[in-house]
Amino acid sequence: MSEPLLFELSTPGRTAFTLPSLDVPATPLPEGYLRTDLPLPEVSELELVRHFTRLSQLNYCIDTNFYPLGSCTMKYNPKVNEKAAAIEGLTQVHPLQPEEALQGSLELMYRLQEALKEIAGFAGVSLQPAAGAHGELAGVLMIRAYHRSRGEHQRRKILIPDSAHGTNPASSAMAGLTVVQLPSDKRGNVDLAALKQACDDTVAGLMLTNPNTLGLFEEHVLEVCETVHACGGLMYGDGANLNALLGIARPGDLGFDVMHFNLHKTFSTPHGGGGPGSGPVGVSERLAPFLPGPIVVKEGERFRLHVPEKSIGRVRAFFGNYGMFIRAYTYIRMHGPEGLRAVAEHAVLNANYLKALVSPHFPVAVERTCMHEFVVHGDIPGTDVRALDVAKRLIDYGFHPPTNYFPLIVRDALMIEPTETESRQTLDAFAQALAAIAHEARTDPALLHEAPHTTPVSRLDEVKAARTPVLCYKG
Amino acid sequence: MPYIPHTDAERRAMLETIGLPSLEALFEDVPAQWRFPRLNLPPAASEMEILDELKVLAGKNRAVGQHATFLGAGAYHHFIPSVVDHLASRGEFVTSYTPYQPEVSQGTLQAMFEYQSMIVRLTGMEVANASHYDGATAMAEAALMALSVARGGRKKVLLSPAIHPQYRQVLRTYLPPESDLAYVTGDEDLTAGLPDLIAQIDQETACLIIQNPNFFGELEDVNGLAEQVHAQGALLVVVSNPIISLGLLKPPGEYGADIVVAEGQPLGTSLNCGGPYLGIFATREEYVRRMPGRLVGETTDRKGRRGYVLTLTPREQHIRREKATSNICTNQSLIALRAAIYLAYMGKQGLRVVAELCYHKAHYAAREIAQLPGFTVTTTRPFFNEFRVRCPMPVSQLNQFLLDKGILGGYDLEGDYPHLQREMLICVTEMNTREQIDQLVAALQEASR
Repeated sequence: MSEPLLFELSTPGRTAFTLPSLDVPATPLPEGYLRTDLPLPEVSELELVRHFTRLSQLNYCIDTNFYPLGSCTMKYNPKVNEKAAAIEGLTQVHPLQPEEALQGSLELMYRLQEALKEIAGFAGVSLQPAAGAHGELAGVLMIRAYHRSRGEHQRRKILIPDSAHGTNPASSAMAGLTVVQLPSDKRGNVDLAALKQACDDTVAGLMLTNPNTLGLFEEHVLEVCETVHACGGLMYGDGANLNALLGIARPGDLGFDVMHFNLHKTFSTPHGGGGPGSGPVGVSERLAPFLPGPIVVKEGERFRLHVPEKSIGRVRAFFGNYGMFIRAYTYIRMHGPEGLRAVAEHAVLNANYLKALVSPHFPVAVERTCMHEFVVHGDIPGTDVRALDVAKRLIDYGFHPPTNYFPLIVRDALMIEPTETESRQTLDAFAQALAAIAHEARTDPALLHEAPHTTPVSRLDEVKAARTPVLCYKG
Repeated sequence: MPYIPHTDAERRAMLETIGLPSLEALFEDVPAQWRFPRLNLPPAASEMEILDELKVLAGKNRAVGQHATFLGAGAYHHFIPSVVDHLASRGEFVTSYTPYQPEVSQGTLQAMFEYQSMIVRLTGMEVANASHYDGATAMAEAALMALSVARGGRKKVLLSPAIHPQYRQVLRTYLPPESDLAYVTGDEDLTAGLPDLIAQIDQETACLIIQNPNFFGELEDVNGLAEQVHAQGALLVVVSNPIISLGLLKPPGEYGADIVVAEGQPLGTSLNCGGPYLGIFATREEYVRRMPGRLVGETTDRKGRRGYVLTLTPREQHIRREKATSNICTNQSLIALRAAIYLAYMGKQGLRVVAELCYHKAHYAAREIAQLPGFTVTTTRPFFNEFRVRCPMPVSQLNQFLLDKGILGGYDLEGDYPHLQREMLICVTEMNTREQIDQLVAALQEASR
């Protein structure tokens, strides 16, 4: 049953709102500046509530389904986070209040900055970027500003492995850098020979996701960092996969100069159907003066805003996605050092356990001990069943599909990240579903091609959507 | 450990399945000298303890709810109907991912389609994306889009000084002076008005960016503006802040804007100390393939039923990588949902009422303050709900006095605009009762004695 659009539910003259009446003398409205029509929906409050409640029921979500999206870290979003982020004294504050009227919020931001520095081994953190890609942009802008401050204007080349997220090259291009792609070797690492060949005095840096998008820890990470540093380049770390490293290794210790955190992945802030996220950046000593500002500093018992001396500037108005800071801080405090390490250990345990159960049916792209996720080939040899069919059929079994067709270097990739908050029973059930689907692929492939069968809509015509775009209601 | 369900027996059994002796053995690829660092963090707190800790921090803030608040300048204190929190807190919306699998994401997708539709109508434009990070980043990406739309290597981005100072700063971070892409100019003279800017439009200009109402709350004279911009082959970008003003005022689409951006926070999201907020981004259909950000489109399923998908994705980073129109991936979907619920709740009639309440109350406040000895209302143009007041003492000093009386005073303009010495930007919304306004007026009078 499809849900009508709000505009289709509208009845002329119907209203939902209540507002106070005007308690001051009216002023004539400015003639010539006024709009004549405001064609918004006209519904009652109950119609509105039913509409959005029904819409919500059309979604899969972590609260209802296992959601093993690789590289997205769809872990449980603790409910205490939401309660914390609704504490009135923390949220009902204006970002431009005088510092003395904002000490509680500044202290919270300071504590989060300090915790992130400690967790990842960095000298400085700015919380300003609003998402991972935004943190990347801040990071590459800092790398560029660093080289320019040293007179090395020719460093315009950024090295990016072929397994990287698409945001890496897109962020680099926005910062005016030229992307050079590096191949991966057979074990899923950066190809060292290719790296050495690419390294010269035009290199600004290398963007490395570690663990990479195959779910593998870069075996030569120290050598990669040394090679890049030796040619005068800087190391950018894509922190999307930091969940595997909490209490296990600190990117700053390994040699990374800058990394973004995804608070909405590693630190359990909810994804909200696509955002808001939060993408703070951490940096080593030499990049600290370039951080986007303001950041929060402590002077005696007071907290104040400070713009680092060579700051690349603001990347967003105000301080960033502060509501996410409260949630991430809550999460870090509730775990403590041992708890954070347990998060990584169990995320990696779950991934390896699930890999062991799944690999007999779907071969793993690179057979090694994985970190928090792994990638398998999702096609079924000898049939015309592809990864997409398998992914869609999983929906009928009540599971959200894994990330598919990424990374681009794996044929028919299915990228599976279970996270630490899933139980063994859930992993067993998911593996059984995949085994059953592999069997169906050989006995009744049409079942997979037409999947999903149990959803409010079946597969949607994306070609039609793109060819004749309908991007808003035109009734 | 919180949220980790494993029992000892399960851990042992799972390790046995994997064929490893211990959890530590999972990490042998990590360089031994850096493996298992000791993190110097406070020990774990229980749920009860962390909530207490946060309440202590909350006690060190002065919250707007306990004050008469006259601070705006890009973030606005408005009423949030109960339905917004109720509906937008549903786990099905909060704990779902970007709707890449449309069959199990129709809720988010249809809600975003409705959001896009309402933003199109509010701004008078033809297409809106599914959100940006905030108003400032939306404006920066609007400039990048204008540069990409402009033909013939146009590199000049012309910027009104009456745009929010932080927005202008963000644009300069995105397009630093050494950028090969563009140069940003127009706001070097902080007193430049629209006629001065129009005089600077030339064949090099990719776009003119203005804010309307401008940062000082004034309604710009936009008659004939778009025609003059277009005559030089440039685009007109309008920052439509505060967005509530569009409940009353002519939408930018009607006066010829090519790209409209805005801060969507006033549409159902609390002040939250600056975020998460909502970047609104709308443009004309002819530019849709140059537009950054996600778009939801309508289509049909295999049985001919209506459904929604993310569309025109070849613009995006996960397909096009370094050739994408933007690097944006995660956006502000849940805040866009809040805006959709808010706009539907206020509806055709209610948003106008909110805007009129803001307008009348602000004008009442301005009239009362204008009568105070020592204070001058320096806004001379028509305004919406913010206006400038020159004070008889430094604004920071005055604000401290007001704070002690339970009033959050206006924005101190001197920091960003040195020529506006002792000038305060006062904002009034529907949240300010007549009693609060009278209280402010009385306090200002007392302070000047």
